[in-house]
Amino acid sequence: MRTLPRWILLPAGLGALFVVLPLVAMAARVEWGEFGALLTSESSLSALRLSLQTSLTSAAACVLLGVPLALVLARSDARGTGLLRALVLIPLVLPPVVGGIALLYAFGRQGLLGRHLEVLGLQIAFSTTAVVLAQTFVALPFLVLSLEGALRTAGTRYEQAAASLGARPSRVLTHVTLPLVLPALLSGTVLSFARALGEFGATITFAGSLQGTTRTLPLEIYLQRESDPEAAVALSFVLMLVAIAVILLAHRRRVA
Amino acid sequence: MRRLSRVTAAAAAGAMLLAGCGGGTEDPADDPVTLQVFAAASLQEPFEELGEQFEAEHEDVTVEFSFAGSSTLVEQILQGAPADVFASADTKNMDKLTEAGLEAADPVDFTTNTLMIAVPAGNPAGVTDLASLTGALNLVVCAPEVPCGAATATVEEAAGLEFAPVSEEQSVTDVLNKVTSGEADAGLVYVTDVAKAGDEVEGIEFPEAQEAVNTYPITTVDDSAEPELGQEFVDLVTAEQGQETLAGYGFGGA
Amino acid sequence: MSLVLRAAVAEREVELDLEVADGETLALVGPNGAGKSTALSLIAGTLRPSSGSVSLDGRVLADARTWVPPHDRRITTLSPDPVLFPHLGVLGNVMFPLRAQGVPRRDARRRAEEHLAELGLSALADRRPAQLSGGQAQRVAIARALAADPRLLLLDEPMAALDIDVAPALREQLCRFLAGRTAIIVTHDVLDALALADRVAVLEQGRVVDSGASAEVLSRPRSAFAARLAGLNLVHGRWDGRRIVLEDGGSLPAASDLTPDTAALAAFRPSAVRLVEPGQGLPRTVRSLTPHGDLVRVRTEDLAADLSLQDAAARHLAPGTEVHLAVDAVDVTTYLA
Repeated sequence: MRTLPRWILLPAGLGALFVVLPLVAMAARVEWGEFGALLTSESSLSALRLSLQTSLTSAAACVLLGVPLALVLARSDARGTGLLRALVLIPLVLPPVVGGIALLYAFGRQGLLGRHLEVLGLQIAFSTTAVVLAQTFVALPFLVLSLEGALRTAGTRYEQAAASLGARPSRVLTHVTLPLVLPALLSGTVLSFARALGEFGATITFAGSLQGTTRTLPLEIYLQRESDPEAAVALSFVLMLVAIAVILLAHRRRVA
Repeated sequence: MRRLSRVTAAAAAGAMLLAGCGGGTEDPADDPVTLQVFAAASLQEPFEELGEQFEAEHEDVTVEFSFAGSSTLVEQILQGAPADVFASADTKNMDKLTEAGLEAADPVDFTTNTLMIAVPAGNPAGVTDLASLTGALNLVVCAPEVPCGAATATVEEAAGLEFAPVSEEQSVTDVLNKVTSGEADAGLVYVTDVAKAGDEVEGIEFPEAQEAVNTYPITTVDDSAEPELGQEFVDLVTAEQGQETLAGYGFGGA
Repeated sequence: MSLVLRAAVAEREVELDLEVADGETLALVGPNGAGKSTALSLIAGTLRPSSGSVSLDGRVLADARTWVPPHDRRITTLSPDPVLFPHLGVLGNVMFPLRAQGVPRRDARRRAEEHLAELGLSALADRRPAQLSGGQAQRVAIARALAADPRLLLLDEPMAALDIDVAPALREQLCRFLAGRTAIIVTHDVLDALALADRVAVLEQGRVVDSGASAEVLSRPRSAFAARLAGLNLVHGRWDGRRIVLEDGGSLPAASDLTPDTAALAAFRPSAVRLVEPGQGLPRTVRSLTPHGDLVRVRTEDLAADLSLQDAAARHLAPGTEVHLAVDAVDVTTYLA
């Protein structure tokens, strides 16, 4: 901190205030007397449970798909790589609702892939699977971005040394490449989880909204605003707490 | 939610305040004036038509609409959004306004809307009446928390049926979209929505719809910058001309 | 023959012909850009030849039809940078090649500890790479390379990044470990070439210009670079039976059984050069004066002479001074060009 110029504290402070103030304002509106009752209602618990389940599954999917993708993007110099990277990052800039529409066109009943699945009797829309798909779609770029940057920075010299010592490519990947970028992998996973947790637009467009199946916490909050704004605020507060807890947990492990 | 720039609305309101107008004083005749109308999403088409008419009849007046879910709109007004007129899709949300004492005049019921079964063109699931909605098909309805959802629940009870929808949507537009895209085999929407969707959707009437008629109230908002102009708009809507326009889009009589 | 490298990389304008016998250490020397790194890359497998082949122990590693990836070649490279794996401890690093070969964890641990003991590194077994000094890290890298038990060890200027007082101890350890191992060491240090290598190959502009036993190449250099490395003056001329006649007309006395009228090379130490009166020696201009132990090295356009400090001072030598250099025949080594 001592090496930073003094004046930087002002915009930094403003930045912090900008983010923290709305959250504090929201916390101030919570009806603490009814907080417990609002949270333990059937619809709230169902939404919370569904959100945690789907977000964890989506984070896992992001890792399974994102790690290989990041590796290919970081290590390939083929000409199509730049284009592929741009495509993979599109969900970052696409409005989530548009993402949901795109998912419908792909996996919906009349979608590119969906129509074939429909024939086989498999329907994706309106299912919890659809929720996971929607969340993974919007959260994947976060993992790929974090990881690809770290992989590029780490360079290939450790991998070359490992190969020189007789390690096969698979072993190099699991024992050298990935351990060296573990911090970035963890933070990328946490980011994906957080993004999946807060996902709304793509979910509601593609998966629909039904308690216990597809109505995740953000959808429940949005719905509660119609009839019971206090419940919406209370649930929002819970969502915020979960996100904070996850981020703190991941950060603590990184420091250790 | 479709609206023309909240920022513009706020800026316009700010400009008017800066121009020294408190509540209620009339502007000089040649200053351009904006009327802010907050209306339920289902009213978009008829109101835009009426808005054009209003602008034609009133020189230097622009009507700016905010179309959204009624509960969203009333919440914005309660938080201080500068609306001159508020038209709600149900009485429940209008009551929120009156309970807060923010109405400038008593709300007037100006139109109604009833439910209708919407199926994709070609009726792939062979829906005939309300009872067939309980079959093995993808039924999409509004969530009970929104006006069309409350109506659906009433209709369900009146018919003695129990629906098992695959999704309970946030707004009637979302229900309609799921039907037009073919994801849903059937949905319960308003008559006006079926009319709006044209060829993409087929509408099926059912008698129980009469049990759950949604009444739309309208009123001017307290502390508005243009109370007289606002009242004139309300009068246009409730007059024969407004009623005809609304009927043209499928709305019922008041 | 253990390693046979007869390959070219067209885009780098490198064309190499190298052989290393089983158990032999070859020193690869040459100016920067001569192709030493290219040679190592071709052998290690990080570069494909545009033509030719690389083979080890009779097995073709690379040619037009074959390609053996680096991890299958049993060739380990040591760089100036130890490249120890930061997420593993010292012991873990040395265990790495053993585990990669499938050695069970307990055996790998034991053998790794043995390797560390051989290099006197047992006390460091629990440290992390970040906690090691440059010299320690490089020694751990050597232990790790030895644990990989390669058929060919490539050392790329292994002591270049170390402090000058750490190098001698490391050189001595390397000397012990290279005995009996097939290895190639790239170096700029003539001491490495002499102490560690059996043979030397000199690369210049992508080609091998000289190769042979270390002592031979370094006492009878055939290229300017090798002469500089060996610290010798080298001239190219014609042996006329009594003297070496240079292109510019000057000549040096020499004793040789070469046939008269043949092109010859002559090498002599700077310390054997005397400054004489004009007319008696080779005229040259002083380019620079540098201290060399208790002597002063006087460099001219092409030749160098070592004078005592008093002598240099007494003659008022400075860059630009005209001098005349002479050397006795007995100090001149003459050989066929």
